[in-house]
Amino acid sequence: MRSFYGTTLANPLMLGTAQYPSPAILAEAFRRSGAGVATVSLRRESGADRAGQDFWAMIADLGVPVLPNTAGCHSVKEAVTTAHMAREVFDTPWIKLEVIGHTDTLQPDVFALVEAARVLSEDGFQVFPYTTEDLVVAEKLLHAGCEVLMPWGAPIGSGLGLANEYALRSMRAHFPDVPLVVDAGIGLPSHAARAMELGFDAVLLNTAVAKAGDPAMMAEAFSRAVLAGQAAYAADPIEPRDMAAPSTPVIGKAFLE
Amino acid sequence: MAELRILGAGIAGLCMATELAARGIDFALVDKEPAPGPHACSWWAGGMLAPWCEGESAEEPVVRLGAQSIGWWQQHTGLVQAQGSLVVALGRDLKELDRFARRTENFERLDAAQIDALEPDLAGRFRAALFFPEEAHLSPRAALETLSGNLAAKGIAVQPQAEAATTIDCRGLSARDALADLRGVKGEMLILRCPDVQLSRPVRLLHPRIPLYIVPRGDGVYMLGATMIEAGERSRITARSLLEMLSAAYALHPAFGEAEVLEIGVDARPAFPDNLPRIRRRGDTIYANGLYRHGFLLAPALARMVADMLETGARPEVMDEDYAQR
Repeated sequence: MRSFYGTTLANPLMLGTAQYPSPAILAEAFRRSGAGVATVSLRRESGADRAGQDFWAMIADLGVPVLPNTAGCHSVKEAVTTAHMAREVFDTPWIKLEVIGHTDTLQPDVFALVEAARVLSEDGFQVFPYTTEDLVVAEKLLHAGCEVLMPWGAPIGSGLGLANEYALRSMRAHFPDVPLVVDAGIGLPSHAARAMELGFDAVLLNTAVAKAGDPAMMAEAFSRAVLAGQAAYAADPIEPRDMAAPSTPVIGKAFLE
Repeated sequence: MAELRILGAGIAGLCMATELAARGIDFALVDKEPAPGPHACSWWAGGMLAPWCEGESAEEPVVRLGAQSIGWWQQHTGLVQAQGSLVVALGRDLKELDRFARRTENFERLDAAQIDALEPDLAGRFRAALFFPEEAHLSPRAALETLSGNLAAKGIAVQPQAEAATTIDCRGLSARDALADLRGVKGEMLILRCPDVQLSRPVRLLHPRIPLYIVPRGDGVYMLGATMIEAGERSRITARSLLEMLSAAYALHPAFGEAEVLEIGVDARPAFPDNLPRIRRRGDTIYANGLYRHGFLLAPALARMVADMLETGARPEVMDEDYAQR
């Protein structure tokens, strides 16, 4: 089993902590889903004097590994600064590296991402880069020191699912030993299950749960979906077979031809 | 020594004082500031009395208790503008309107012509809207000052200090020294003067990341709000928040681009982990706190519950009696 910098997750669901109706509902979503990782943003909440510390303490109390992120950072320098603060606040070398290139779609700036990944990896961080499905960028991230890749399924918050499944399958095939996480764009548990069926090692999502009418119930649904997809991949599914266009007429023939 | 004192003369304390005074209960009202002002987060409130809209993300008690507040405010201040409220979304975000509709009640769906009839200055800008006819708004500062003035007229002045056998602690976020599970949720807001735009009622512009509301204060003055950031910081607006709020206002109506920025406000709302208010009794102190973003909506209900408890011993719905064991 592929691990994340030596850590094996209890559950391949990585759940974000933003946008919930309340911290109590957030905690309930984690309890009911058994999510294996909690991601948390620091950039906007940090304030002048670490003003977000009450909320961060609640996240730390969830009892799951915390993956702080650099959401809201648009440059290498911002991302590196935020990562350093995250390491201090949560006492972890893990960092989900986001360097946003486009403010509307929140598409990553992959050039700055590779540079920030190099700087942080050299500084001892264990980087989880939020990237596109581009294989060349993926290789450069690995060379920069990343041991995990997190391609998007679709733009952040869009709920569109796996917009380019072919590319995600390519990624799995090209990097058989690298832990891969589909990060962003997930809307439904079926999207998450599909990502796991493709052999991905985890799925990271936030909006689909936090903005659901019943976030805790949706979190549980996602948990079941990723576990089902993970088991399906491990069980080696059958290949689909197209029966719609028989090469010869079947009437009068033996079925097993 | 008085029997009873209220600590804090912000929204929670003034509503508490008004409710107790109306029932003829004696008390001292204590605050280091003699009058309502920018030291209290209610000074920076939107003043929307919009319980059904809040039901989109808030839990049931907020809707039910909030609906009762509209009459309370009219009774005690006469300042309520009963114009309903309007919820709109831009073309790409129209699905947000459907989601909002699924999670709320007590609204009518409006088409473009109906929107134009209700708010002529928005004519041609939106294809669909939700109208909540029973919602209302008021000017929060005028309302706080009216409550304060009414109390003064009854001979109840705010005192810098007073001792009492029983304390009702309404200090909001300042009560963090006693309430470990209380946190601040930062909010940033703007006040604009934009006489080019005439709106009669609060308008909410839905957006997946940057929702905005605009509350008319009369005379072309508007309150724009408000961010929700998980931080206890009570000052320091960021450029990003400013940009996002002004961009959203500009999207609602481009004339807001020419508005004069009158004020920038920043404060933190006091909230418990479930973002619902609490009454908590510990020894001789009753804490009424956690109004979160629902100060004007829920302070009257909280005041009524505490008054009932004092008069009849009735256990308030939002009593937090298990806390002592935690």
